[in-house]
Amino acid sequence: MSTEQLAPPVASLGPAGWMRKNLFSTWYDALLTVVLGSVLTLAVFRVAEWSLTEARWGVVTANFRLFLIGTYPVDDAWRIWMSMTILSVFAGVSAAIYGGGAIRTLSAWLAAGQALLGGLALVSGMGPAVAGALLLNATAVGIAFMAGLRRPVSRRTLSLAWLASVPVSVVLLYGIGGPALPIVGTNLWGGLLLTFVLAIVGIVLSFPFGVLLALGRRSDLPVVRTLSTAYIELIRGVPLVTILFMASIMLPLLLPGDIRIDQVIRAMAGITLFSAAYVAENVRGGLQAIPSGQIEAAHALGLSTIQRNLYIILPQALRAVIPANVGLFISLLKDTTLVTIIGLLDVLGIGRAVLAQAQWFGAHMEVYLFIAAIFFVMCYTMSQASYRLEAALGVGKR
Amino acid sequence: MPPWRDVRVLRIIAQIAAVLVVLAIGLVLWGNLTTSMARSQLSFGLGFLDSVAGFEIAESPIPYRATDTYGRALLVGLLNTLLVSLVGIVLATVLGVLVGVARLSGNWLVNRVAAGYVEVMRNTPLLVQLVLIYAVFLQLPGTTNSIALPGSIFLNQRGLFVPRPEIEAALGPWLTFVAAAIVVAVGARIVSSRRSAAGRTTRGIGLIGLAALVVLPVVGGLVVGAPVGLELPVLERFNFVGGLALSPEFTALLVGLVVYTAAFIGEVVRGGVQAVRRGQVEAALALGLTPSQTLRLIVFPQAMRVIVPPLTSQYLNLAKNSSLAVVIGYPELFNVSRTAASQTGQPISVIVIVMAAYLTISLGTSLLMNIYNRRVQILEQ
Repeated sequence: MSTEQLAPPVASLGPAGWMRKNLFSTWYDALLTVVLGSVLTLAVFRVAEWSLTEARWGVVTANFRLFLIGTYPVDDAWRIWMSMTILSVFAGVSAAIYGGGAIRTLSAWLAAGQALLGGLALVSGMGPAVAGALLLNATAVGIAFMAGLRRPVSRRTLSLAWLASVPVSVVLLYGIGGPALPIVGTNLWGGLLLTFVLAIVGIVLSFPFGVLLALGRRSDLPVVRTLSTAYIELIRGVPLVTILFMASIMLPLLLPGDIRIDQVIRAMAGITLFSAAYVAENVRGGLQAIPSGQIEAAHALGLSTIQRNLYIILPQALRAVIPANVGLFISLLKDTTLVTIIGLLDVLGIGRAVLAQAQWFGAHMEVYLFIAAIFFVMCYTMSQASYRLEAALGVGKR
Repeated sequence: MPPWRDVRVLRIIAQIAAVLVVLAIGLVLWGNLTTSMARSQLSFGLGFLDSVAGFEIAESPIPYRATDTYGRALLVGLLNTLLVSLVGIVLATVLGVLVGVARLSGNWLVNRVAAGYVEVMRNTPLLVQLVLIYAVFLQLPGTTNSIALPGSIFLNQRGLFVPRPEIEAALGPWLTFVAAAIVVAVGARIVSSRRSAAGRTTRGIGLIGLAALVVLPVVGGLVVGAPVGLELPVLERFNFVGGLALSPEFTALLVGLVVYTAAFIGEVVRGGVQAVRRGQVEAALALGLTPSQTLRLIVFPQAMRVIVPPLTSQYLNLAKNSSLAVVIGYPELFNVSRTAASQTGQPISVIVIVMAAYLTISLGTSLLMNIYNRRVQILEQ
């Protein structure tokens, strides 16, 4: 016999009741609410007053181009917007094909972010062309989304397109020489562009290393296990700055004499070496989460070690660690600010360079708050998306 | 079975191959390194540690002059790193627990404010936070218009001035009172557990021990005089005299590290407390434990088990993140080593020493925390 459970009665508290329950339930609760509430109100008023009357936001708008793309040549800036268009279109289509909330949220934010930057570009006098390009990209996300809904492409095609977009973007940004796409050296890359390039290159390149290290750490060959463990613990035991510093000094020395690499490449190498250890630990978590029955079944079917890893273990493990890797990407994005210390002009480096101009002397708060706000919007969005992804994949529910 | 099908043989071959590959890469890199170092006239060696550093270090816990050696300069950096890390860990733990408790609070406002704090801290780079805090510091009023905080604490452009605890002559006699208090408390504890084992009531005995712990030291203080005095900072004509002066760099770094790490610790604490199943608390209350006993005996030990491992990594992060102080000019290990590296012409030796130092700190801390963790985990059985 089944008993039907009745839902609890809906509490009709009303605003007053809600406040009594959530803000003034006891006398110390009420005291806390009043004290915290007044401090908060005062602080909000003070900050609003400062930012509306005293703050010199001109430092941001006057240098907006630098914050966005650093010293990338003005005439070639279209190449950046073009690679953003590719990203926008693919993101829109992906949002349509993969119905998950996380990818849709990210795509929506990609559109909103570009629209916002476009608006700022218009205000800051970067010219209507740049603003138009960014706004066009924002709409491209929506158009691609609609198109993807109407005429779905296969996931395989989409994955291949994403893979192909990497070399295309590199060619677009770096160039191949010649009049159409002159080479723009990475020493000219800066601002948000550099921040993103460093973070994306870091996570993409470190991924294969990380997977290999994780497999190595769980290997039953003692030598392989020791080497992998030693690498992971060594990297995780030292701060990123020391690795960046090491990379910027050592890499030129480690390469044969006739190869020159500039600071950006050195930073990329440092970040990759660093994040590989963290990817490895994430992947290890995913490997440990696989039920041993899966591995036994693979043995029973007579699969070789390589087949077992490729077809049984890794697909499940990597799927489980997607949210953790989004988290890693977020911290990597924040950590790219450290390249300022070895003299690169990422968005923070640009900010410090701008503050060195006599004209903007003392506008520290404005510059740093602007940079903090950029990071907050990007990282908060991604972390929310990763929570949704986690829920969708059911990772937390084991 | 032929040897090339024998798993045992294959395993050995695979491992030898792995070693050979690593060795080969290492040899190639080493070859490149030595040739390019010879070309750019760099060298290895630790000889520079004994030569004169020739640069000043703004603050140091041990005496240091520009005429001291590089070895001593690096030691000063290491001590500064340890100092800011240790103080930071203590303060971040306190603030972090507060944040975690606030996140668990039923008060909507407190809960939301704590959540907002955590999100802002976690989603902006620490480096940006540090330069921002330092910028705030530099905009503070000058010495004569210092911001006076309760408890003789003064804040101005030149730093934070706080009272300094001083050991008074009465400390020795006072400690005998403390010892007496401990003896009484331990005695009460033993009596209490004996009675409890014999099935008799223990009511009031715990209270006696607690009272002894509080009352005896206070009485002692009244009888022999205060054991620890406070030297207050006093504003003289141009600057504060007396007390403990914390430089703007140190204070900004400490504040930055503490507020940043506290957000993460707050989440760790919240996760740990929430990981204790509701049924545990209900069962404890049903068994007749008081709410404070429930917290102390049921919730806390189980939460600690979840909290300790991620807490360890937060402590380690704090220590490693102290290296970011280089942007605001606090002379910690990385900052000093960077100066040393550029001056000595032996950057590789310097950076290897520094990495080894950080590695030792990291591994040492995880070792200690693992030992503690094992003690906490044993409660499970």
